[in-house]
Parts: sequence; C-alpha cells; structure tokens
Amino acid sequence: MIEVTSLHKSFGQLHVLRGVDLKVEANQTVCLLGSSGSGKSTLLRCLNLLELPTSGRIIIAGQNVTDRNTSMTDVCRSVGMVFQQFNLFPHLSVLKNITLAPLKTGLQKPAEANELAMQLLKQVGLEDKAPAYPSQLSGGQKQRVAIARALAMRPKVMLFDEPTSALDPEMVGEVLAVMKSLAHQMTIMAVTHEMSFAKDAADRILFMDQGVIVEDAPPAEFFANPKTDRAKQFLNTIH
Amino acid sequence: MPQEYLHHLGAVLPALLRGAWIAVYVVVAAELIGVSFGLIIALLRLSKSRWMNIPALIYVDLIRGTPMLVQILFLYFGLPSLISAISGRPWSIDPILAGILALGFNSAAYVSEVFRTAIGSLDKGQTEAARALGLNRLQTFRFVVLPQAFRWAIPPLGNEFITLLKDTSLLSVIGVAEILKEGQLYAARTYAIFPTYIGIAIVYIVLTLTIANVLRYVERKLKVPT
Repeated sequence: MIEVTSLHKSFGQLHVLRGVDLKVEANQTVCLLGSSGSGKSTLLRCLNLLELPTSGRIIIAGQNVTDRNTSMTDVCRSVGMVFQQFNLFPHLSVLKNITLAPLKTGLQKPAEANELAMQLLKQVGLEDKAPAYPSQLSGGQKQRVAIARALAMRPKVMLFDEPTSALDPEMVGEVLAVMKSLAHQMTIMAVTHEMSFAKDAADRILFMDQGVIVEDAPPAEFFANPKTDRAKQFLNTIH
Repeated sequence: MPQEYLHHLGAVLPALLRGAWIAVYVVVAAELIGVSFGLIIALLRLSKSRWMNIPALIYVDLIRGTPMLVQILFLYFGLPSLISAISGRPWSIDPILAGILALGFNSAAYVSEVFRTAIGSLDKGQTEAARALGLNRLQTFRFVVLPQAFRWAIPPLGNEFITLLKDTSLLSVIGVAEILKEGQLYAARTYAIFPTYIGIAIVYIVLTLTIANVLRYVERKLKVPT
C-alpha cells in the first residue's frame, strides 16, 4: 500500500530525512516512534505532499506520489490526515466540516455525503453534535470530528500526526479508542507518544533516529528487546 | 432666529437628499472596485513571487502616500489633459465616473491591507487541513480561507466604508452634485450658511450610522456560535 524508497528531505541546511526506506502492506497499522526532531512528522507529511520531498520515491495505493505530474489534490483523495491541532474549520458546523471536501471535490452527492457524515459521527460517538460548531466542542470531541472528517473522503491510508498530544490527559482515551477501532480496517501510519496504542493496536513499530528508520519490529519484540542503544534510551525516558 | 433656521433646514433637505443619493451611488460603485481590486492586491502582496508582490507594494505605497484630493484632481484634470495632448483631440471624463474611479482605486489600497492582514492571520493548519482533505488551492481559498478572512475583515472594512462615504465630499471640487456641493449651492443662494452646514452634517451622520449598523448586523449574522 505504501512504498517509500530512499526518501530525503531538507529544510535549507537542515537535513531532516536522510534516506528512508519503507514498505507497508494494506490494512497494516504502523506506529512511528522516536524522539522529537527524529523526522517522524516530516516523513508523515511527505506522504501526502504537505512537504515536498527533496529526493526519493513514494508510491501509495499504486500512485506515484513523487511523480511531478501527480498533484497534491490527487494524492490527498486517497490519503487522510489527522493533525495534532485538529484544524477543524471554525466557521462551519461539525456536519459541514465533514461534508465540505466530499461535496466540493465532487466525490459524493449532498444526500450521500450527509448520510455518510452522520454514520461516521455515530461511529466516533458524536451523532448529537452534527449541528454544533467546533468552538462548542472539547478537545477530544474535536479530534474525533477531525477523524470523521478525514474518513469521509473514504481514504485508503490514514496518517495520524501526534493526534493526542494537544489533548488533556482525560480525553486521550476516547481518541485512542476511535483510532483502535480503525486498526486493520485500513492502512494506518501514526506518529504517537501513546505507548498503549503502539502496544495494543500496532502491527509494527518503526523507530526513527536522525532521519532514518533504525528499528522495524512487531511491538512485543520492540518493547521487550530493543536492538539499538537509541531505542533503549528512548524507552527508558518514556517509562 | 431659530424659526428661520428651522425653515432653511427644511428647505435645504431635498437638495441634500439628492446629494445623498449621488454619494451613496458613488460609494457603492467605488467599493465594488475597492473590495474586488483590494482582494487581488492582497493576494499579489501575499504571493512569494517578487514579480507579483513588488508591483502590488508600489501601488499601495503610491496610493497611501498621496492625498485623495490630489488623486481626484489628477484623474479629472490631469489625465484628460495628458490624453488630449497625446491624441491631439479634446478628451474629458464624466465627474461622477472620475469620482468613482478615484475613490475605488484609492480604497483598494487600504482594503488590500485589511485582507492581507486577515488572510495572513489565519492559522497555517487551516490550509493544510483543507489541502490534506483533497481540496485544490482555489477550493481551499474559496471555502476555507476567504470565509474566515472576511469575518475577520468586517470591522476594519466598516471603517473603510465610512471613511469613503465622508470622502465623497471631496468630489465637490470637481463639480459632483453630492451632499456638500448641494448644500454649498443652497447656502450661496440664500445666505443661510449656519443651518445649511448643520443640515449637511446631519445627513452625513445619518448615512454613516446606517453603514455602521448594517455592518454590525452582518457581523452578528455571520458570528459563529461559541
């Protein structure tokens, strides 16, 4: 589903990704771990072209993302993303936040879009919030709406960029529960600091350090016997 | 004495209202130019290309750096004399049209600053989220950026509309029969100077309060519930 070959990304002098190779099968759930600045978020943002890779090749769902003729718009129709800061549209109701993209891109007709939106809201436990505005929601509710909004485009791949980092601790659980319910339904790549999600829901842990993937293992193996010193250090600091 | 003033106040009113119609007509037409051209200038200013943002910056500086009265006189007297000299034939411009163009392109410079700030103050995450959902750049601008920027821009735009309405009085110097000109003509005819200028002031106050209240209404209507 996702195939990344020798991906590099620099911001000016700063070389953030230094040759990432990666293959993710359909319906796998992959957690990206690593200390801040290791390139996790940049890798994720390269996958849907929010950042333009400096060099390398990305293929998602058979589509060559790094081909010059592929537009960000095309890529993003099959790749959904959930952000740390939710980024809901404050001037639109919850329902319209969800239906905006499917309607304007011509993917769905109004009746179909509304029906799917309500179904997704039910799935994330917020069907009563359809007419509410983002400012009327708690952080956890906002993030659940953001997940529903991304799902409304029926993406093949979902990217989660630290989806619980901006939440109050008591709201982390509700968002993780929604994310866990998606595992194995679609291909998921998540940057997270929630080790419970990594342990319970992930098929694979990718541990990044200084712009490359240094460990790639099932969670049980990674958490029990990390191979590299960097990973050992990292696991010590978070426990 | 007071009765005489009241009489003149009543007598000058029809002329002032005729002038008010002209003023409103000029402001509406000028703001159509001001808001649309101002938005374009704002987008050029926000562009990363120097070929786009430097000409836009020069335009804003030029307009803001010269008095509106000079711009009006330039358009009504200066430009026609240049065109006449070049073409060898007399050429003139209708004073109301000159007024609309001068006020409109003047306003565009100020409106562009309003929009530039409004769009610039929007969180980058908004456009990222829209693009990540598969909206293209134009759709992102139209459905995510513009509605939010517009809400932000309403109060400063209100200032701009009110300023522009008052600036229509400058068009009296090129003979546009707006509120001030109509009043001056009446005062010259009747020597009722004090009541005439009181009447003029009242008409401007009524018009500016109307604009302010319409904008307050729009702002309330568009307000997102919290």
